[in-house]
Amino acid sequence: MDFSLFVVQLLNGLQLGILLFLLASGLTLTFGIMDFVNLAHGSFYMVGAFICATLTFATGSFIWGVLLAIPLVAVVGLATEWIVIRNLYPRDHLDHVLATFGLILVFDTLVQIVWGPAGIVVPLPAWLDGQVTLPGDIVFPTFRLMIICAGLLIAGGLYYLVNHTRLGMLIRAGASNRTMVGALGIDIKTLFSGVFALGAVLAGIAGMLISPITEASIGMGNEIIITAFVVIIIGGIGSMKGAFAAALLIGLIDTMGRSFLDDIFKIVMSSEAAETAAPAISAMLIYILMAVILAVRPQGLFPPKVR
Amino acid sequence: MTEPLLRVQGLQKRFGGVHATDDVNLNVIPSETHAIIGPNGAGKTTLISQLSGQILPDAGKILFDNRDITRLPAYQRAHVGIARSFQITSLFMDMTVQDNVALAVQAHQGHSFRLWRPARSDDHLRAPALEPLKTVGLHERADWTVSELSHGERRQLEMAMALAVAPKLMLLDEPMAGMGHEESMQMVDTLKSLGDQTILLIEHDMDAVFALADRISVLVYGRIVATGTPEEIRSNDEVRRAYLGEAA
Amino acid sequence: MTEQIAPKEQSAQSEANTAARRSRRLPPSTLIMAAGLLFLAIVPPLAYFTGNEFWLSIFTRLTILSIAAVSLNLVLGYGGLVSFGHAAFLGLGAYAVGIPVHHAINGEFESIATTNGLFHIPMAVGVCALYALITGAISLRTRGVHFIMITMAFGQMVFFAIVSIETYGGDDGLTIYERSSLPAISLDNPLTLYAVCFVSLLLALYLVHRIVNSRFGMVIRAAKGNEERIRALGFNAYAYRLLAYVISGSMCGYAGALLGNFTTFISPEMMDWTRSGELMFMVILGGAGSLFGPVLGASVFLLLEEVMSDFTIYWHLPFGIMLILAVLFVRGGISGFADRLLGAKRDD
Repeated sequence: MDFSLFVVQLLNGLQLGILLFLLASGLTLTFGIMDFVNLAHGSFYMVGAFICATLTFATGSFIWGVLLAIPLVAVVGLATEWIVIRNLYPRDHLDHVLATFGLILVFDTLVQIVWGPAGIVVPLPAWLDGQVTLPGDIVFPTFRLMIICAGLLIAGGLYYLVNHTRLGMLIRAGASNRTMVGALGIDIKTLFSGVFALGAVLAGIAGMLISPITEASIGMGNEIIITAFVVIIIGGIGSMKGAFAAALLIGLIDTMGRSFLDDIFKIVMSSEAAETAAPAISAMLIYILMAVILAVRPQGLFPPKVR
Repeated sequence: MTEPLLRVQGLQKRFGGVHATDDVNLNVIPSETHAIIGPNGAGKTTLISQLSGQILPDAGKILFDNRDITRLPAYQRAHVGIARSFQITSLFMDMTVQDNVALAVQAHQGHSFRLWRPARSDDHLRAPALEPLKTVGLHERADWTVSELSHGERRQLEMAMALAVAPKLMLLDEPMAGMGHEESMQMVDTLKSLGDQTILLIEHDMDAVFALADRISVLVYGRIVATGTPEEIRSNDEVRRAYLGEAA
Repeated sequence: MTEQIAPKEQSAQSEANTAARRSRRLPPSTLIMAAGLLFLAIVPPLAYFTGNEFWLSIFTRLTILSIAAVSLNLVLGYGGLVSFGHAAFLGLGAYAVGIPVHHAINGEFESIATTNGLFHIPMAVGVCALYALITGAISLRTRGVHFIMITMAFGQMVFFAIVSIETYGGDDGLTIYERSSLPAISLDNPLTLYAVCFVSLLLALYLVHRIVNSRFGMVIRAAKGNEERIRALGFNAYAYRLLAYVISGSMCGYAGALLGNFTTFISPEMMDWTRSGELMFMVILGGAGSLFGPVLGASVFLLLEEVMSDFTIYWHLPFGIMLILAVLFVRGGISGFADRLLGAKRDD
């Protein structure tokens, strides 16, 4: 196995993991605090990508596109929470699932009406579009490296927010004891709106960051959201720490599986059989991992202490 | 003395720093009605839940019929002959009264992996389901949906479901909770009419306890401070101080 | 999921309810079912003979999706298990037809290469039963949201697995060049195919009716409302639910085999998780836990799809809004609504 290829794929896996964490953290926050299941979380990922695309073309700069798109995604998140989501908090999970499924259809169609059916490729500035050479003669795309750094910074910020601020204290208190937060005289409605918008923004940022690599396309959120679900199931629903660990784990395993599983299979079977079996198995790898972890720990790796 | 039906030895359960059950030793003799009393928060329901398997203890042993059932899951304890009623009524709300009891009868008749014959026209279920309803005086309500019953009637239904499985031991968690005086007295009569049925009972209503119990154990902060006949308990100083004194 | 309703104080009302129940009047939902099935028995063949073959194909799709929805209703409606992965069963069932036919025509894998429907159908049912057994055994260890997400994830696992297998077309899908051959009848005749689907729907309804009213069904339904109590009574809720899940999955796999024969083109897209969402929509819209509700839900779904997609290419928008409004404002689905309208309790 080629060592530098191995490191490159390791970094690619890390980059996927970071994106998954941005998505999963919002999911796990809304579930942990509001006990709310949001299938439409991936829609903010998509909306973020499209808004960022438009603003990148308008301002001529990807960086400005991202910075201006963030508040707009927050507004979309707040509006969604205000019109639909807050009416659903008292309902059961089945209702959450059905209504947010409807929300996905609404978002997908609205995006199609506004931006048209085709995807949009977001151009990168020259200084981000190249490659960097890392120690050990490892060549890696600059932008992907930036995604990793930006993602780690955001993860650090979230860690600080949750563990060292008053808002974070409320979030932690809310996750473990909903009635207590109410008893403290906190305006629950505002807290919930804020947390929901925060989750939307995090998902939106993930969408913005991926749009130059893939493209902004309709339904882009619907596929990755399931992977984000797998992340929070493995991590333990409601746990930030779990979401982070599981996101990196899934990102790495998925990427490494797709790259190297056929090589591993070739050791034990004919190369023809390996080339047929490896893609199927690697596509199923994270789900198999989920099944194994659940069989041992039904509540995930880091279940929140009090539910 | 006869061999006890239920033996609890050194049972321990902690929630965080709180000893909900602290080294509890307890014997229940066949045919007796054994009451557990104690102030609120003494850990009575926690104790019952460990006996019926909803909660697993941290340490100690539960022997039933000379068999160690400490780690047995709840659904298997029902099969060895323990039935429980719940303090907060736990019924199948959108089914009828008779359906509820019929489910208990079904459970008693072995597995229910029978997928074809309609259960609601099965005489092997319906008739035995009516018997316990008659015992508790609820047979006229057999076709009612549980959600239509009054609180007292739901308590009676709880009792009927526990009876339906002909258990060796009935665990009753505050069967009179929330009942008026008249309903309580009716329940006392019902329980008395069960005769040889072995019962372990948690109850707040002291009139009912002293009318029913052959023996009483007093639970305070997770510990059993005294066990004896109603007379012994009445005259026990420690009990008066710890419990009756407060209540009076 | 079942909420406790405060006891009604007015005994007069209770007496009235009891009286209504005693009279053994057929509940409106039974009448609706009779009317609906009569309609499905008469109108589609009529449409065919009057030259509207297009409508016959719509009804064929309706009966097939209805079978899938009825199977989902067994676990979702009666068992309270929110399975978000049932489209995977549909897909597996369809590929259980597509793959043997593919090999029968293109060679390789002699052992499964056949166009014989008497092989396809047991294959579809068997594969789905096995898949349901394995995934159910893991998913059913969890509750609530976990269960929803895990069933969803397993569904997606099958989706990606099929996508990655180039031999069977991967993303592009697989054309079934020959329908399942059955003794005495030919599925190439659209009317015969419809008849097979319609009879299958009748059988599925009857099967679910028998199951939910059996001892087994009573346990499943009771566990939906109060799982702790069903355990305290001595039932191993897990085992009962697992069997229900396997039955439901197998039935849905059978519907998938029909679907493959109907469309003759299958692709992973048919098991995308949004397809599972649509199946759930049918069950809930029609009335979860009522026998015929899923068929009503499937009818409304197809009607909306046909009508709205004629009207606008953006038909998902009104559809999504309706779904949200339905969740927020309509309870008990169409069956529940009809029963309330006609003033009777649902009891089947």
